[in-house]
Amino acid sequence: MNHRHSAGTLMIGRMLLLAQLREQPLRLLVTVLAVALGVALGVSVYLVNGAALNEFGLATKRLVGEADVIVRGSRDGFAEELFVRLAQNAAVSVASPVIELQVALPARRDTLKVLGVDPFRAAALQPALMGDLGGGIFQLFRSDGIYLSGAAAEELQLRRGDTLQIVVGSAPKPLKVLGILSAAAYPQPLGLMDIASVQWAFNQIGRLNRVDVRLRQRVDVEGFRLSLSRVLPVGVQAIAPQVERDRAATVTRAYRVNLNMLALVALWTGAFLVFSTQSLAVLRRQRSLAVLRALGVTRGQLRRALVGEGVALGLAGSLLGLVLGTLIAAATLQLLTGDLGSGQLRAVSTELHVAPLPLLGFFMLGTIVAGAGAWLPARSAAGRAPAAALKGGDGEYTVVARKSWQWGAMLMGLGALLARLPPVSGLPIFGYASIAVLLFGAVLLVPTWTIRVLRLAPRTHRVVLDTAVAQLRENIGLSTLSLASIIASFSLMVAMAIMVYSFRMSFDHWLGKLLPADLQLREPPGNDTAFWSATDQAHLASVKGVARAEFRRSRQLLLDSARAPVTLVARGADALRTSEELPLVRSIAWSAGRAQPAWISEALQDLYGYRLGDSINLPLAGRLQPFMVAGIWRDYARMSGTVVISRQAYFDATGDAGANEGSLWLQAQANSTEVEAALRACCLRGSSFEILTSAALREHSLKIFDRAFAITYALEAIAVLIGLTGVSFAASSTALARRAEFGMLRHIGMRRQQVIGMLATEGMLTSVFGVVYGLALGGALSLVLVYVVNRQSFNWSIDLSVPYWQLAVLCVTLIAAAAITAIASGRAAMSQDAVRAVREDW
Amino acid sequence: MSCLRDYGAPRTLGSLRGLGKLVAACLFTLIAAAAEPLVAPVVPGRTLVFPADDGSHPLFRTEWWYVTGWLTTEQGETLGFQITFFRSKPAIDDSNPSAFTPHQLLIAHCAISDPKRGRLWQDQRIRRAGLGLAEAAVGDTNVSIDRWSLKRNAGDYTAAIDAEDFSFALTLSPTQVALLNGDSGYSRKGPEPQAASYYYSLPHLRVGGRISRGVKADSVSGEAWFDHEWSSEYLDSEAVGWDWIGINLEGGAALMAFRIRDQQGQARWAGGTLRSSDGKVQILGPGDVEFRAGRRWTSPRTGISYPVQWQVRTGARTFDLEPLLDDQENDTRLSTGALYWEGAVRAFEQGNPVGRGYLELTGYGDRLRLR
Repeated sequence: MNHRHSAGTLMIGRMLLLAQLREQPLRLLVTVLAVALGVALGVSVYLVNGAALNEFGLATKRLVGEADVIVRGSRDGFAEELFVRLAQNAAVSVASPVIELQVALPARRDTLKVLGVDPFRAAALQPALMGDLGGGIFQLFRSDGIYLSGAAAEELQLRRGDTLQIVVGSAPKPLKVLGILSAAAYPQPLGLMDIASVQWAFNQIGRLNRVDVRLRQRVDVEGFRLSLSRVLPVGVQAIAPQVERDRAATVTRAYRVNLNMLALVALWTGAFLVFSTQSLAVLRRQRSLAVLRALGVTRGQLRRALVGEGVALGLAGSLLGLVLGTLIAAATLQLLTGDLGSGQLRAVSTELHVAPLPLLGFFMLGTIVAGAGAWLPARSAAGRAPAAALKGGDGEYTVVARKSWQWGAMLMGLGALLARLPPVSGLPIFGYASIAVLLFGAVLLVPTWTIRVLRLAPRTHRVVLDTAVAQLRENIGLSTLSLASIIASFSLMVAMAIMVYSFRMSFDHWLGKLLPADLQLREPPGNDTAFWSATDQAHLASVKGVARAEFRRSRQLLLDSARAPVTLVARGADALRTSEELPLVRSIAWSAGRAQPAWISEALQDLYGYRLGDSINLPLAGRLQPFMVAGIWRDYARMSGTVVISRQAYFDATGDAGANEGSLWLQAQANSTEVEAALRACCLRGSSFEILTSAALREHSLKIFDRAFAITYALEAIAVLIGLTGVSFAASSTALARRAEFGMLRHIGMRRQQVIGMLATEGMLTSVFGVVYGLALGGALSLVLVYVVNRQSFNWSIDLSVPYWQLAVLCVTLIAAAAITAIASGRAAMSQDAVRAVREDW
Repeated sequence: MSCLRDYGAPRTLGSLRGLGKLVAACLFTLIAAAAEPLVAPVVPGRTLVFPADDGSHPLFRTEWWYVTGWLTTEQGETLGFQITFFRSKPAIDDSNPSAFTPHQLLIAHCAISDPKRGRLWQDQRIRRAGLGLAEAAVGDTNVSIDRWSLKRNAGDYTAAIDAEDFSFALTLSPTQVALLNGDSGYSRKGPEPQAASYYYSLPHLRVGGRISRGVKADSVSGEAWFDHEWSSEYLDSEAVGWDWIGINLEGGAALMAFRIRDQQGQARWAGGTLRSSDGKVQILGPGDVEFRAGRRWTSPRTGISYPVQWQVRTGARTFDLEPLLDDQENDTRLSTGALYWEGAVRAFEQGNPVGRGYLELTGYGDRLRLR
């Protein structure tokens, strides 16, 4: 019995689907594509980032080897006696001393990571290294020798025996390439030197900045780490290797989650499309369905068959999505780096690893979403009495629609509440939930609002307009269906447009605040070795044509062993100057007698919980130096946090007068190209630093910004397309369903042009409603994106700015497109003669 | 004699096989690149002075302190053991002020020959000297790498080794005066006079202490042989390896004998020292020592075939050697770079047991198998 039952359902389902496919192939195709798009996006984001993270994790693992605990200091590190004490500790099996530096290279913007190791001790933690060095292990003792990883050799185009130029201070220094390590030792670009050579070459005699520790068997690793933490010098941390490995994932996590959420948004829009397509299809075929029921098909069979239709669309879409997503991912990895354009992971050769289980997850998700979209129309169609259905009209939809406002109001309230919740482990989960709930609630409110507004419409005594209004009002269920897909896609599009625009405006403004000078000088970002001494700075400042020069020192500080290092920037001659230079969000006054002021970025506030007026202790020169949080500023450049102090305070604390960034103001008549040449020639020949005009730097930064958001723009375009498709389907579908009605109108004397005009007006009215709704809802959603999702993901604030022109163009396009499709479908429906159309109905 | 070759001399490189290949190959490039390093030559006629010569000789390129012996546990189990510390002076730029500058490298290798286990317990270390973590003291025997050490204290040696899965805590007490090998400690290794070492041995050391294997700890006692040898040029270019024995014979007699082999497996040089029970010392020259290989054993791990049964003629006497167990292959590829066979052997004369000691066989590996 059961078997016969399901066989019947299958047969009916197949019959219905095939009939649809014959009649409306394009519509089914677009619906499938919408689902495919959502799945493809999710899959490609997952695969690309997964590949990059996997590669990055592997690279980090190679760096750390089989260490149980990593003792890490800042760039300047700690005295080597700490290593001796660790090596002698009874709980320690092997301690491996390391100096890890980002070394500047002349005339290159990126840096080379150089590891100084004792190969004998390192080999105990990383057997692959010893195997790979082989005979070279003794060659490594040459004080001017370096081994390069395969990736570094390729990037720098160097071979064994070549000379590698590096920059120490502001002077170049040649190193001899002793050999190339295989990818088995290190997959990432790096150089390997003997620890003694690194200490000598980089003026680090007596210093180390990392010790990798492997403990003896049966030693409690976490207990050892904690007790070690208590006795380590200031600024030195005992870190669990897992934390180092996870850091890569943490860096890109917010970005990745956001993209995944966008993929879900695309899926969600796809579900709406399935919903409206299926609803309309049910309406259009209600007589055929009623005939089926009359012929003995049960309610359950019909419902299952109709849901099955949605699932079949979902299956096709998901399958296509998997293939598309994998192809997109492969292409992305070929063309770009694996960091999805976020610029946060250094390029490592990435390979696509296809894990079947997550892919199955995406497949299921696409299918389930499509099935869910078909559920409501299926239930409604199966629930109707065959006799009523045979007569036509949209019947039950209107009833459902009218009841929906309570639900809608409740969901809107819930959405507002969700937006106020804090992030879940650094991710704006509730922010996204809020968006989904608000979206759904708003759609449920559509019928009530539409009816209210239409009731207010005065009678104009213009036949076309009045008929259109009456038609919309009375067929509110049907109107809601076409509105839903417009609203869903348009509001998301508006929200994203506002968010991205706001971000870009804020970013642009921030750049302007931070780059007031004419020229910017900088050593490669993140490098540990190249800097300008006080003398160099004086020379640079006195170059002809330079009116004023400001220098900055930036370096990394580790404040918390579980988090990524924060950046310390010493800028501004004194505290007053520093505070004026920063894009402050909030600040308080400080008095000269108390601790020196420090200005923290919003990330430090969000991640570490510092408040204005708090004391913040910075590990400088081996001591904890107290500062007072005098202001909070906006930093779009560094997600893990930045703290700014004045150069005077930095010098007092460390005695370091060096600088690695600078701003130059030129004299009015100076030619920037000449000044640039003079700067290069003056004292720093061979140095690696960059000279950029502020305008060029700004342009470059905005280009990077646009590249990072390119995928968002692409999604916007796709959302528009889906929205428009929804509108045109709704229009053509209603037009076909209403052929009988048009026949009637023609019978009672309406002219053909008038009927078409009525349809166009209906279409326009619908889309105007959709656009107004979408704007309002999109505005609300953009608030959630800007103030909740953005803030919680990236820990920086942005100011809301509305792209009026962009939105206006979008609105006009959408309304016009709706009117045009309405006219086109009206013409198609009217092409049959009126008599036959009416006869069909009777 | 020991398994670590003189890996300094460039001209020996061409035919190097076996021990120290890795080390040698690398030091060669180092030497070729750096200025001619200052190493002290081994010359005849130097009188060894103790305890000064018990200590390290940092000006010589290569040096080792080598203990081999037989132990008996309280349960009557018979074991062989070896504890070796090597020192090597790489040719580097000594002007680097860094405390990590590898002026000297220290290597240690330890093993237990355990017939029940059927193969060795072994572990190795290689470190640069310095920072108090790895040191070879001048003036008296005191070498250490991390927590591994061999020290001379009031005439006795103490060895403390805490290896990955076994350990030693042994006291070794001399019972006889030092046996100076060769010409009063000047021991030639080849036809050319500069291929030589300073070399003395301490046979019949009384051993007591504790060892552990895995989770099992035992009190042990036994007898050992101690070698201390230093040189700047050990082997010449024709040599590919050597065979060496150090046997504690009954009644307090002792025998050390070696031969240096060429590529054809023929003796290129040979020598030895035989001290009889009454203390009379007989110095053996190339004509007095003959090694005749017997049964071979092939390592299942490396495929290298070693003769593990020997007949050694020293002057008028002929000894037959039988291994305590066949698999006494030493794998020190991660420190010295070498694979070799070194193990406990029993000595027989005309079928009668006459002593126990150690046999070392180097340079048997397929050249391609070695780095």
